[in-house]
Amino acid sequence: MTLIDVQKASRSFGGLKAVDEISFAMDSGTVMGLLGPNGSGKTTLLNLISGFLAPSSGRIVFNGKNLAGARVDKIARAGVARTFQLVRILPSLTLLENVMLPAVFGHRSHWGKEADRVARQALEKTGLADRAEATAGDLNYIDQKRLELARALAGEPELLLLDEWLAGLNPTELQQGIRLIGSLAGSGITIIMVEHIMEAVRALCPRCAVMNAGRLIADGETARVLSDKAVIAAYLGDADDA
Amino acid sequence: MIRLAIPVLGLIILAGLPMFVSEYELGLMIGMATYVALASAWALFSGHTHYISLATVAFYGTGAYTVAVLNESLPYPAVILCAGLIGAAMALLVGLSTLRLSGIYFVIFTFGLAELVRQLITWYEVTITGTLGRYIFLDLTAQDIYWQMLALCAIAIGLTAWINRTRLGLALRAIGDDEIVAAHSGIHLARTKLIAFTISATLITLVGAVASPRWVYVEPLIVFNPTVSFLTVIMALLGGANRLWGPLVGAIPLFLLFEWLSVNFPDTYPIFLGLMFIGVVFVLPNGVLAGLDDLRAWLGRRGK
Ligand SMILES: Nc1ncnc2c1ncn2[C@@H]1O[C@H](COP(=O)(O)OP(=O)(O)OP(=O)(O)O)[C@@H](O)[C@H]1O
Ligand SMILES: [Mg+2]
Repeated sequence: MTLIDVQKASRSFGGLKAVDEISFAMDSGTVMGLLGPNGSGKTTLLNLISGFLAPSSGRIVFNGKNLAGARVDKIARAGVARTFQLVRILPSLTLLENVMLPAVFGHRSHWGKEADRVARQALEKTGLADRAEATAGDLNYIDQKRLELARALAGEPELLLLDEWLAGLNPTELQQGIRLIGSLAGSGITIIMVEHIMEAVRALCPRCAVMNAGRLIADGETARVLSDKAVIAAYLGDADDA
Repeated sequence: MIRLAIPVLGLIILAGLPMFVSEYELGLMIGMATYVALASAWALFSGHTHYISLATVAFYGTGAYTVAVLNESLPYPAVILCAGLIGAAMALLVGLSTLRLSGIYFVIFTFGLAELVRQLITWYEVTITGTLGRYIFLDLTAQDIYWQMLALCAIAIGLTAWINRTRLGLALRAIGDDEIVAAHSGIHLARTKLIAFTISATLITLVGAVASPRWVYVEPLIVFNPTVSFLTVIMALLGGANRLWGPLVGAIPLFLLFEWLSVNFPDTYPIFLGLMFIGVVFVLPNGVLAGLDDLRAWLGRRGK
């Protein structure tokens, strides 16, 4: 069953077409890697889907409803959750309160014991359960990333958008991270992950889409996409990104 | 139980105090209660969201003016009800137009609002009714006013305590930390802020309404004095605006200090007000209560 169907979504900033008529569709429970050189529009595309930015044109159909241009909170309640490329947590709240928010206000809105259970379960999954009462601002960078993922999960999303969530992890943490995302995919969540780490892409994404200068230049089976000439040229053309 | 018993006991004692104090002291107590109510009501919205509103006197003055206009034509309870409704309607209108503004723009708008309301009322009185200044003749003693104000304090603090434990309280705290994360968690930002702002502003309007009979003579320049807005902010911030008892802790000593300053240094006292404002923001941005917590933690570490 198709969960999300992006139809010619575009977004420009002044004269710059950051996302240029992108179309793709995903079935429920699938995982797709989103690749592309720096500035190719990956984050902007995620922003269009999560509602943080409104598309200049195009449709974003989620569960049969066009959500293009809808308010962020409405899209979140519809079942879309995300992490941010630059980590965003609520520093003065406790870890538990951080994850409580989407449990309370998100896709399935719980309150009381049930919200507490869902929130703690999300902390459990990311290995933060023993620090539930700590203040989020005191966490180190990696744990803040974990908390961000826990927060996304606490909303019990159908679609999860990860923006370079694995970036900055050390080799052990990277392996843990890959296993964690793998288990989420196994539990049926649909995932779009922006990722530069090829090892993670190969391990987690059967399918890959590649953007360059706002356009989708490849979309298909990962092994094939990664050996595609246009894709290789896009990456080589962007020498800084090596 | 204890956590409820102590405030209730305190309230009963405070309610009994007028029997033992002089008229002058009762006047001071009304002043203190007024500012405790104002600062607590202000913090109900601004404490967690960190939206610094300088619109306090716009609502406070509107409350007072409503009583001045209606006191001869309606029974007192109806006058108070009207003040509350007018305050709520005004808050909805202001909220809808401003709560999308962020940070400094919100501060400036709310500051301008008080001036706007004052000018509008002045214009209306001068050109339509042909008067400027009204009298309030109500059969209320100072004790009555004190008790009503005490009730408003209890309502403001009680309501804050209750909201803190609800979904609204959680949403407000999230908004204060990061609106973008709050929205991505499913929180309807505009609605959440509007609800809290309206509750807060309605309470502030009621404070103005209840306090107004003390003036007897009311005109726009008197009731829309911007000092009220600044004092309220300083008091709440000094005590700690995101804590239940913070505004009270800040309001009582500051009220007494400014009362003393305005008697002894009537000309220079606004300077103290300004210095205080700067001092609070720089030295104790999270308030005295948080400062005490930090001190206790520091002493604890040294003790080890
Ligand atoms: N809010 C904005 N206002 C103006 N320009 C923007 C905005 N957001 C992104 N851009 C521009 O749009 C283009 C795409 O940016 P985007 O962040 O989507 O790229 P990206 O693929 O995520 O890059 P990276 O790999 O560096 O994260 C860039 O040229 C960027 O400067
Ligand atoms: Mg990016």
